Amino acid sequence: MGRLRTYGFVAGFLAVPLVLYTVFVISPYVQAFQLSLTSWNGYSSVVRYVGLDNFGRLLEDEVFWRALRNHGILLLVLPLATIVIALLFAFLLNLGGGPRGAGMRGVWGSGFYRVVFFFPQVLAVAVVGVLFQAVYRPDADGVINGVLARFGVEPVGWLIEPDLALWSIIAVMVWQAVGFYVVLFSAGMAAIPKDYFEAAALDGAGRIRLFFSITLPLLRDTVQVGWIYLGIAAFDGFALVQVLAGDKGEPDGATTILPITIYNTAFSYQKVGYASAMGVALFFLTVTFAVLTLRTTRRERVEL
Amino acid sequence: MTHPGEITRRQLLRRIGITAFAAGPGAGLLAACATAGTGGGNEPAPAPSATLPTSADPKNPFGVDPKKPLEVVIFSGGYGDAYAKDLHEELYKKEFPGVTVKHTATQEIGTQLRPRLIGGDAPDVINNSGPKSMDLAALAAEGHLADLAPLFDAPSIDDPAKKVRDTVTPAVLDNALVTGKDLVLNYTVSHRALWYNARLFADKGWKVPTTWEEFTALGETAKGEGVLLFAYPGQKGPYYQLWNVLYTAAKIGGNQVILDIDNLVDNAWNAEPMKRAVTVWVDIQTKYGDKAYFGLDHTQTQIKQLQNKVLFYPVGSWIENEMAKDKPDDFEYAIAPIPEVTGSDKMPYGAIQVGVGENFVVAAKGKNPQGGLEYLRIMLSKEGARRFTELTKNVTVVNGAAEGVDLPAGLRSAARAQDAAGQNIITEARFEGWYKELFDYGTEQINVVMAGRITPDEFCARMQKKADAVKKDESVTKQTRSR
Repeated sequence: MGRLRTYGFVAGFLAVPLVLYTVFVISPYVQAFQLSLTSWNGYSSVVRYVGLDNFGRLLEDEVFWRALRNHGILLLVLPLATIVIALLFAFLLNLGGGPRGAGMRGVWGSGFYRVVFFFPQVLAVAVVGVLFQAVYRPDADGVINGVLARFGVEPVGWLIEPDLALWSIIAVMVWQAVGFYVVLFSAGMAAIPKDYFEAAALDGAGRIRLFFSITLPLLRDTVQVGWIYLGIAAFDGFALVQVLAGDKGEPDGATTILPITIYNTAFSYQKVGYASAMGVALFFLTVTFAVLTLRTTRRERVEL
Repeated sequence: MTHPGEITRRQLLRRIGITAFAAGPGAGLLAACATAGTGGGNEPAPAPSATLPTSADPKNPFGVDPKKPLEVVIFSGGYGDAYAKDLHEELYKKEFPGVTVKHTATQEIGTQLRPRLIGGDAPDVINNSGPKSMDLAALAAEGHLADLAPLFDAPSIDDPAKKVRDTVTPAVLDNALVTGKDLVLNYTVSHRALWYNARLFADKGWKVPTTWEEFTALGETAKGEGVLLFAYPGQKGPYYQLWNVLYTAAKIGGNQVILDIDNLVDNAWNAEPMKRAVTVWVDIQTKYGDKAYFGLDHTQTQIKQLQNKVLFYPVGSWIENEMAKDKPDDFEYAIAPIPEVTGSDKMPYGAIQVGVGENFVVAAKGKNPQGGLEYLRIMLSKEGARRFTELTKNVTVVNGAAEGVDLPAGLRSAARAQDAAGQNIITEARFEGWYKELFDYGTEQINVVMAGRITPDEFCARMQKKADAVKKDESVTKQTRSR
């Protein structure tokens, strides 16, 4: 009886979020899986099942493969660049000043920088997009090209040259993400006992040695979490790409990404079934990435 | 999947200028034809014919219940929604005193209305425009669209002896067809070719070029003054240049070039006039263009033209109203036909594209479809059309409705150009609406060829390959046209 009451109490709390989650999260997923097996056009009252045809078509779709290539580049560059830069800044902000008094300090003015780094994170993605439209503008009115023009350099088409466009967008993504990871890593560094640094410093370790021998190993879990977040972000990029490059992967498919391709296929070309198949593929890609990352980076936890 | 809501809404707002107006003419094609992917093979039951009973009373030909409320949904883009709220709806209320008209203005036509239509709660009149407009062929297949034949056969409000179909420009009837039935009303008329600043040309003593030699010669002169002969927006508006190339091809080889492309005829894209058109424009871009414009959007490009940094801009007559707020007093929009390319073009100099656009449909399964038809009949009255033109500075499909309205200079120039063109009217490319995937691919590839990264021949070959793929794709509903 008492047990029933306890469970009833718990279930009472769980019921509402569980129902909400099922209706708004689980059911659309299930439906996407279902639709991926159909040729539904979004309007028709008749839904025809076509088996795995959509997936077969996917394998021959060059737009799909181009999108995968771009996600591959994003997946390699975005987490790596963001984490390296964020680690560097976090180290400088928290420990870069070296041991002083009772503990480690950041570089001079670190309190100020801490706020500045976080600014990009506060801005909505759309705002960031518009901002960088001005920064990357391909004539002398652009922020970067305006500066280049003063040195007599021809304007660079940051977003319109096929070799540059994706990198320009990755730069914006990194710029926006770094602030958050500086904060995340700072929190991780604050949790490392100061004695370790003191002891190592007494033994004559410099700042670089401190970073690689103490900070980095003890931050492993935090970095791993960051890596997964960023990896998932590498499968997105919808808003930034849409605003900065456009929705057709311009120039020359250099910025084709899956979320935009899915959106166009479903809502512009009325191929909801095929778009759902792409969505399912994206789902498995994201899950595979997360699982792989967790598996390969798992190891014994360091007890602090 | 991601949540695009925020960004698309924002982008949509930025696009209004281009979409609303482009949707004006563009949507005409879009809707009149519209693609559809009704899952290949197992087609739904044939759409029930949604023809409504009519009455003999010329004052109320559709037998509207004067008490029944009417719901109107307007795409609030470049035309705004005041023309509906303060004009057409008021006229409807005047005809049926005491009736309530529910007015909704939105920029998300498809997002808001698709579920309502599927769920059986359709508004009566829908202005299907903008980037989120609905696929009319798919809606028609489900019997959601009311047959407009009774509207076209109804007596006109101004002269009961005349049928509505005789009071509108014939293109309305051509473009009313969706998979063979009259289902959509295109309400506005637009003129597309090259647009320039007539005042600047007068000041400089320049003549509008009529041949390609004159065109390039003017390009040299302009270059000497640091001005570009031509530019189009590589961001958001490259389809302006796709249109321009298609119209140039039609000028060289006749409207059959565009008809073949629309009908997915084998090797239509590889036709000589098409290759020639692409080649001459790539040449203009290389010699007299600036690659920076590949990264500028329509507004930025149009501002450059207002600053007299660009002479010719390929667009339609909506440009004047779109830029009205930014236009300096010494800038006067005027239309210039595409110059003679080969010396033996099928269409003589003066040919321009005149198209109809801005889609209105009546929901067949709504609560008051009769009222919807009557609302469209009111829109097509002289008063409804004339005051629309006054409010939006755009001409409607109603014959003679703009007479006596004080039109801005650009529209007057377009009207003169249409008179001069006579029968030489370049047709619209309907694959824009029929096969959106092909059109989108074209808007992307036009930048590639104009930037010189592929040759005109490669461009045509790629377009042909995509057209062949669309032709083979069973999930795409095919449509054809004979004129």
